Amino acid sequence: MKNILELHDVSMVYGSVTALRNITLSIRRGEWTAIMGSSGSGKTTLMNIVGCMNKPTHGTVILDGEKISRLNTKDLTAIRRDKIGLIFQEFHLISYLTAVENVMIAQYYHSMADEEEALQALERVGLGHRAGHLPRQLSGGEQQRLCIARALINHPKLILADEPTGNLDESNQAAVLDIFHQLHGEGSTIIVVTHSPEVAEHAERIVQLEFGRMVRDGAPARSMVA
Amino acid sequence: MFLRMIGRAVTRRKRKFLMTAGTVALGISLATAMLNVMLDVGDKVNQALRTYGANITVESRGASLLGDLYGIGEGEGVADKFLREAELPKMKTIFWAFNIVDFTPYLDVRAEAEGIGGVTLLGTWFARRLDIPTGESAHAGVINLKSWWDVQGPWLDDDDADGVMVGGLLADRHKLRIGDRIRVAVEDRTGEKRGAELTVRSLFHSGDKEDEVLLAPLAVVQRLSGLEGKVRRVEVSALTTPENDLAKRAAQNPNSLSRHEWEIWYCTAYASAIAFQIEEVLTESRAKPVLQVAASEGTILQKTSLLMLLLTVLSLACSALAVAGLVTANVMERSTEIGLLKALGAGDGEIVLLVLAETLTAALVGGVVGYVAGLGLAQVIGQSVFGAAVSAKGLVVPLVALLVLAVTTGGSLPACRMLLRLKPAEVLHGR
Ligand SMILES: Nc1ncnc2c1ncn2[C@@H]1O[C@H](COP(=O)(O)OP(=O)(O)O)[C@@H](O)[C@H]1O
Ligand SMILES: [Mg+2]
Repeated sequence: MKNILELHDVSMVYGSVTALRNITLSIRRGEWTAIMGSSGSGKTTLMNIVGCMNKPTHGTVILDGEKISRLNTKDLTAIRRDKIGLIFQEFHLISYLTAVENVMIAQYYHSMADEEEALQALERVGLGHRAGHLPRQLSGGEQQRLCIARALINHPKLILADEPTGNLDESNQAAVLDIFHQLHGEGSTIIVVTHSPEVAEHAERIVQLEFGRMVRDGAPARSMVA
Repeated sequence: MFLRMIGRAVTRRKRKFLMTAGTVALGISLATAMLNVMLDVGDKVNQALRTYGANITVESRGASLLGDLYGIGEGEGVADKFLREAELPKMKTIFWAFNIVDFTPYLDVRAEAEGIGGVTLLGTWFARRLDIPTGESAHAGVINLKSWWDVQGPWLDDDDADGVMVGGLLADRHKLRIGDRIRVAVEDRTGEKRGAELTVRSLFHSGDKEDEVLLAPLAVVQRLSGLEGKVRRVEVSALTTPENDLAKRAAQNPNSLSRHEWEIWYCTAYASAIAFQIEEVLTESRAKPVLQVAASEGTILQKTSLLMLLLTVLSLACSALAVAGLVTANVMERSTEIGLLKALGAGDGEIVLLVLAETLTAALVGGVVGYVAGLGLAQVIGQSVFGAAVSAKGLVVPLVALLVLAVTTGGSLPACRMLLRLKPAEVLHGR
């Protein structure tokens, strides 16, 4: 089972809007993929389907050998919890919990909260010294790193990041990309949605969406990062 | 971790927490006050109504019979027309002893007073401490029973051998004043006249036939008339349960009841049951409920209770609505947080539990505060409406706990429905 993710002829229709049109796509284990496309091209819709937060109207989705396109909400929740690490543009940290508690919450709903392990995860994204701070006491970059630590804590098979650097300045963007490089080096499968070519250049593969259709799938032109 | 989350949510979102707690406190304080007053109001209303007179009168059976048959009134004394004073404390040993709030005996005799002429000399207890056969003690007497009498000067002391209180009408007619001395003569049963010089200690207005009498301690009247240890009539004030069909049938003829009915009747504080039990302990006595008073007590009681119940339900409904608003606002405000928890793998049940636990914590705090405040409020209501303290009923505590639970879960219901419908995909991507 070489592919962690396989989409066959996936479509998503919202009333009169067709957000995704006949997408067929496979992603290998350990691959770092960037999904690009202008606003409204269906990137988030795709991520929601892959991330088990939504079901497609047509087509099949196979995640880690399991057909997820017809599962009920409860089963989807379980798969999402066990296999997916989610990173959001708006971080979505819980405002009244400290950094370490925000990581522990993911452990808690996955299996069991373990403060030691949560602290190690914070160390790893360079936030060891900020463990006791509340999200509002952290900078944007720190908040996103915290969000990454939370996504990684349960060792997900697939990391999904929707515009992870959309709210960050350049140096913070670089820090986040560094972490992705590191994860990639360790064999993690990463899918990053971005409309920044700069960010996409770091991936091994770029998938381009336009009006819900896949219009390009290939390696980035390495010129810019070389 | 669950408790830690709740703890954090409570301590770091103090304002919201306090608002919910405050809302619950408000509703619960009202409910506590109303329930306490309601459970106590029977006694309170009865006590208020007691002002209008005794609700059971006791006479000797002979006197009662003669009075009923021939309309023979006061003065024609024969031995068996009297009750025995020594037996009176037994009234506090009957099944409904605690419902007997007060009582006082009377002995009336005809007297000749110098410068006044024929007058009724009425003997009674003023404030007697009784030693009850069970070993306890109790108080009885006219001072408590007729607390609404308008007395100028002091009430008499039961040991006062030459004091007298003069009824207002009598005093006006004969220009009697405090400090005046009155010579009275009473003809005893053998026809011998016994005299005494009594000092007017005070004047009183009862608004009733007592305004025409000379009122003296029972012992004095007994000595003058040679009727030592005898009492003609006892007035009893008792807290009673409203009469119903059973009580009415029993009042007509206790023998018409089945064994089971009889037991129910006997063990309910109907005026007729209390009267019956008084007859059981006083030799040759006839106790009669004063029916008008008993009936009106019952009606007023039922109406007051109904009103209180309505108020309680209303106040609780209001606070449930307010809690619903707060919890719903809270859930809406935190929809992304909840979406995130769902995205992290939290099940619907776990999230509902989290929200409920948070709300319940607030409600618990609010409930305790509200209960205490409600006790205070009950006192205020008791003092201002009934002029008496309201006792805290233990029954209210579990009731209030249940109400807190009902108000919170009821109030959280709409929010929980929202929670269940909330889809993480819709709240997490900023659309
Ligand atoms: N829940 C929804 N209901 C209706 N239309 C939706 C919904 N989600 C997305 N769409 C539509 O689908 C299209 C793709 O949206 P999206 O996947 O969010 O694009 P992107 O993330 O690439 O900006 C848009 O036209 C959007 O309006
Ligand atoms: Mg998007």
